[in-house]
This record gives sequence, structure tokens and C-alpha cells, in this order.
Amino acid sequence: MRILVCVKRVPAPGARINVTTDGQSVDAAHLGFTTSPHEECAVEEAVQITDRLGGEVTVMTLGPPEAEEQLRYASSVGAHRLVLIPISEVDWDPQRTAQALTGAISALEEGDGAFDLILFGNESADAGGFQVGVRVAHALGRPVVNGIKGIDIGTDPKVVDLAEGTLAARREIDGGFEVYRLPMPAVLGVKEGINLPRYPTMKGRLASKKAEVAQSEPVGDVGGQVRVRLHRPEEQISETVILGTGPEAAPAVVDLLEELGVLS
Amino acid sequence: MSLLVVCEHDRGVLSAASLEALTFGRPLATAAGLDLAAVVIGAGAESVVEGLGAYGAATVHVASHPILVDFGPEAWGETVAQLVRSTGVSAVLACGTERGNEVLAQVAARLDQPLVANCRAVEPSADGWSITRVQWGGSLLEDARLTADVQLITVAHHVVEAEPAETSAAGEVSAFAPELDESLARTVVADRVVLTQGITLSTAPVVVGGGRGVGSAEAFAPLEELAGELGGVVGCSRAVTNNGWRPHRDQVGQTGTRIAPDIYIASGISGAIQHWVGAMAAKNILAINTDAEANMVTRAGHAVIGDLHQVIPAITEEVRRRRGS
Ligand SMILES: Cc1cc2nc3c(=O)[nH]c(=O)nc-3n(C[C@H](O)[C@H](O)[C@H](O)COP(=O)(O)OP(=O)(O)OC[C@H]3O[C@@H](n4cnc5c(N)ncnc54)[C@H](O)[C@@H]3O)c2cc1C
Ligand SMILES: Nc1ncnc2c1ncn2[C@@H]1O[C@H](COP(=O)(O)O)[C@@H](O)[C@H]1O
Repeated sequence: MRILVCVKRVPAPGARINVTTDGQSVDAAHLGFTTSPHEECAVEEAVQITDRLGGEVTVMTLGPPEAEEQLRYASSVGAHRLVLIPISEVDWDPQRTAQALTGAISALEEGDGAFDLILFGNESADAGGFQVGVRVAHALGRPVVNGIKGIDIGTDPKVVDLAEGTLAARREIDGGFEVYRLPMPAVLGVKEGINLPRYPTMKGRLASKKAEVAQSEPVGDVGGQVRVRLHRPEEQISETVILGTGPEAAPAVVDLLEELGVLS
Repeated sequence: MSLLVVCEHDRGVLSAASLEALTFGRPLATAAGLDLAAVVIGAGAESVVEGLGAYGAATVHVASHPILVDFGPEAWGETVAQLVRSTGVSAVLACGTERGNEVLAQVAARLDQPLVANCRAVEPSADGWSITRVQWGGSLLEDARLTADVQLITVAHHVVEAEPAETSAAGEVSAFAPELDESLARTVVADRVVLTQGITLSTAPVVVGGGRGVGSAEAFAPLEELAGELGGVVGCSRAVTNNGWRPHRDQVGQTGTRIAPDIYIASGISGAIQHWVGAMAAKNILAINTDAEANMVTRAGHAVIGDLHQVIPAITEEVRRRRGS
């Protein structure tokens, strides 16, 4: 089983998100960076599948050279191959990103054949365009479903009648889930909650420092969505009423609950 | 030329979100000099066409094909793409639900056009539409310029409330038969599993939330007890799910569930922005935290400063005392 996962490096803001003065990006001067949570789960899922069925996980990102950090993190939790598509701009628009990823994937597949499965996040944590994975899948001519919170593949005992070369993917709906059956090679957009990502071991961390990061040329035309500026939504600032300190505050809390009518 | 609104329905039940998209689309169509049209796809579509006229749709396209039975993102996307090509559509709108965003991404890929997801405001103009869209799950806004042959837009959920038009439009039904390759059936829903559930996190009137400050899976028992007493459910932060203390379906926030209870009791939660966006629609927030400077405390309407392990049981006890039980 050969699986590719596309991840994006994003800042990890705390209490609020600040914007640079030119309005073009999140002010990350004092922030750490991370991988979008959905994509962290996608990496974990890929590693779990190949742990079970054998195979190889490749992780790819388009971003600044520093995005190597997120690739190495993926390696520390079990990814085998790392590919960086370095860009110098802050962010590429979704069409351009998809084009560049498609190009890099095709180049990898030319040598080694098609990936059985390509995983994306349902949406990136920062831009949240809800589209890069779908665009790449379409360009590659592969089936794709988003919002996936469960994958059954190969000899998984949970699924009985899964034909050779197909997978079942589950998506949550109100009060249950719906199941899709896709022929491989396939593409899925996954969501946090599909699994609980592992933490890197010391051994994994050390090995990831030496992992090779392959580079791929960024090729893509500017798309039709052009950023003017980022800004924070207006916030209603209200005074906080302190009801008390410690357990002695309980009567005041219950007064409030009564007032709100949630005690009836 | 028309502005086409993709209306979602599930086996013949129209989604409320579709009516929001129509409501949002009405003034936009007028401003852009476009007719408002709607499309409904798949088995049971005929049963939802009635009433779309009342929301301003002059034309309602009903798309049918043997593989258009249940929802399928590729088949739905291809259907809309063909409708755009064949009927002179210059803008397509859908609600920014999971399905809405996915179908329009399919349309965008097929037409090779940009898609702006989860917009809050749209201003049409001859030299490129201006939009404001949501980033970071709602913590940040992006103003952008859209240059496209066909404007593809999803509207962030709950930006407008669904409201019928002042004067109904014709809602004239027009059958549409797309040409779909059998292979598109590969991503149509194959099975559905219904799990019966009581109140869910997204609809609960009371949510008792716990964060890293709770300390362990076992220490959630008093939160469960209070939630039970108030007819609510327990929610949590990502720190909690990452520690394996609670399942992810309990997570509130950007990558979890958006809640809108009458009151959210947030205990041992610092109030990171990604948690806050999932909680801010709560009508009231009570923060319980040892740290009076925690973001959750300063943003909440009410707060108790103290150790949640003492405060929560005391609240439960007081509730029971007043009920005389
Ligand atoms: C892209 C992205 C998406 C994310 N999505 C989500 C999301 O959907 N949901 C989410 O929750 N987070 C999300 N996060 C994580 C988020 O940034 C925070 O890391 C997380 O919310 C912190 O959880 P916490 O408040 O429980 O923990 P902490 O930040 O560690 O806060 C613990 C709090 O508990 C208080 N405390 C400690 N002991 C006690 C006690 N005994 N009694 C009372 N108070 C006590 C402390 O004072 C502190 O305020 C996301 C992050 C990123 C980067
Ligand atoms: N710069 C990038 N590098 C690698 N993958 C990306 C990048 N941007 C987006 N993706 C992938 O595409 C998914 C959807 O992104 P988006 O369309 O921005 O919501 C993300 O969850 C990632 O898996």
C-alpha cells in the first residue's frame, strides 16, 4: 500500500490571531507552527494503514523552506518519505496550490506508479478553502470524498464484503454516518477524530532529524482568488461578572441558572 | 443570465441551509442584474421544488439521472457544471455546509474556476466581485477579489436567517437530464448507518465543558453529573481529546463541534481562539478557572475563580438542594 498525505504548515495562535500591518498574513513573529489538525490525523491514518498492511507513507507540503519542520514531524511519527515544494510567497491561492501539488504528485508517480491512496485534510486550518484536495483528485482523474472520519481497507475485520482494490470511507451525518465505497487509487479528505494521533518517540524524533527531504519544483499559475487583506472580525467586548471565588460561589451560580430558566 | 443556488436536500427533505443560500442570493442577484434560479438534484428532488418560488427562485431546475439517487459529490458536481454550461449561469451559490462546500469544489474543479468558500459578504461588480470570507473557522476574515468567468461562492452557515421573498417568484420547474458517466457512481453514498442518539453537543441546551484543568478521564465524572442534572451534555477542549480523556465527538471548536446552548459552563479551559470560535454562539458563558486572567474568563459573561474540582460538585449539590432531592 503506497499512501501520500498532503499537509500544510500553519501558525499556532493562542488567545487571538494578529495580522501583519500589510494585512497579507497572520503575524507569526511570536508564534510556533504546526500541521493542520485534520492533516495530522491523515498522517496518523496513513501510518496505521501501512503498519497493518505494509507499504510506504509519503508526506508532501507546499510552503516556505521552514515547512521542513512539519515534514520532519511527520517522519518522527512514522512517515517514510518527505517531499517539500518550496515557495517564497506567504501563501498560494487554492487553484495554484492544487496545480503545484498535482504536478509534484505526477512526477513522483511517473517513476513509481500511482499512489493507492492520497489523503488530504477536509480543509486547511488557516485558509479553509475546502477545495485543494478535490481539485487535485479531479486533475488526476480519481474519485474523492471529503469529511471522512473512518477508513476501512484491505483485511480490516470490521468490513466483510470489501472487494479487492476498494476501500470504504465513513462520513458523519446527523445521528449516524454514511458509507462510500471507492475503487483505488482514490483520494479522501479526512477530519480530526478519525483517530488519535500518536506522539513522537525519542527514537522517532532522532531518526527524523536525519530523514531525507526531497524537493520538487513549484509550478502553478495564479488563480482567480486574490487576497486584499486579512482582518479580525468585530468582537463584542463584555464585562465579566465574577460570581465569586471557590465553592462558595455555588449559590450565585445556581441563581444565574434559575434566571436563565435552565433549572426547570 | 442567472445566479444559480444549489439547494441541498436529503431524500426529499430540503435543508434549512438551502433557504439561507436563497435568502442570501436574492439581493445579490438583483445587484448583479441576474435571474435567481435554483437546482435540486437526485431522488426525491421533485418533492422539494414547491416553496422555492416563495424564496425568490424564478426557475427551479430538477436534475435527474439513474445514478442521481443518493448524495454523491462527483455526480452532483458534474450535474451543476453541466447546468452552468448549458443554461447561461454566471454565478453559483451554495450554503457553506459540508456538502455545499464539497459540491462547489467539484464544480470549481470541473469548470476550472476559482471558488471562494464560506463568504460573509459579496459585492458584485463588473471588474471582479469583492467578497469577505471566513478563515480559521471564523477567527479571521479575508477580503478578496474574485476574477472569474463563473463566480462560485459558498455562504458561511448562519450569516443570514432564511426568509421568504416579499413577493414570490414563479418557481417554474424545468427538468434537467445531465449526461453522467457511470463511473461517477463510485462516490455515491453506498450505505447509511443510523445510530440513535439523544441530545447532541450541537443542539444541547446546556453544555458543561472541561479542559486540561480537569486533569484526567475519571475526573470528568462530576461534570457528567452536573450536565445530567441540567439536562445537558459534556463538551471538552482539544487538549482533552489529544490526551485521550474524551472522544473527539465531545470536542468544541474549530476542528470540533460548534455549540449554541443557553449556557456553556467552561471549566479548566483557557479559551484559545480555536476553542472560542466553537463556543462563542452560546447565549451565556460561565467560566470556571483558577486563573482570573484566562482568556475564557475575560471573554465570558460570568465567571467563578476557583478549582473546578471543588466548584462543580458544589454547584451540583446546590441544584439538588434547591430541588429538594
Ligand atoms: C488549527 C488548530 C485548531 C484547533 N482546534 C481546536 C478545537 O477545535 N478545540 C479546542 O478546544 N482546541 C483547538 N485547538 C487547540 C487550542 O489552540 C488549545 O491548545 C486548546 O484549546 C487548549 O485546551 P485547554 O484550554 O483545555 O488547555 P490549556 O490551554 O492548557 O488550559 C487549561 C486551563 O485550565 C485552567 N486550570 C487548571 N487547573 C484548573 C483547576 N483545577 N480548576 C480550574 N481551572 C484550572 C488553567 O488556568 C488554564 O486556563 C486547535 C489548535 C490549532 C492550531
Ligand atoms: N500548501 C499546501 N501544501 C500541502 N497541502 C496543502 C496545502 N494547502 C492545502 N493543502 C491540502 O489541501 C487540504 C484542503 O485545503 P484547503 O482547500 O485550503 O482547505 C488541506 O487540508 C491539505 O491537506
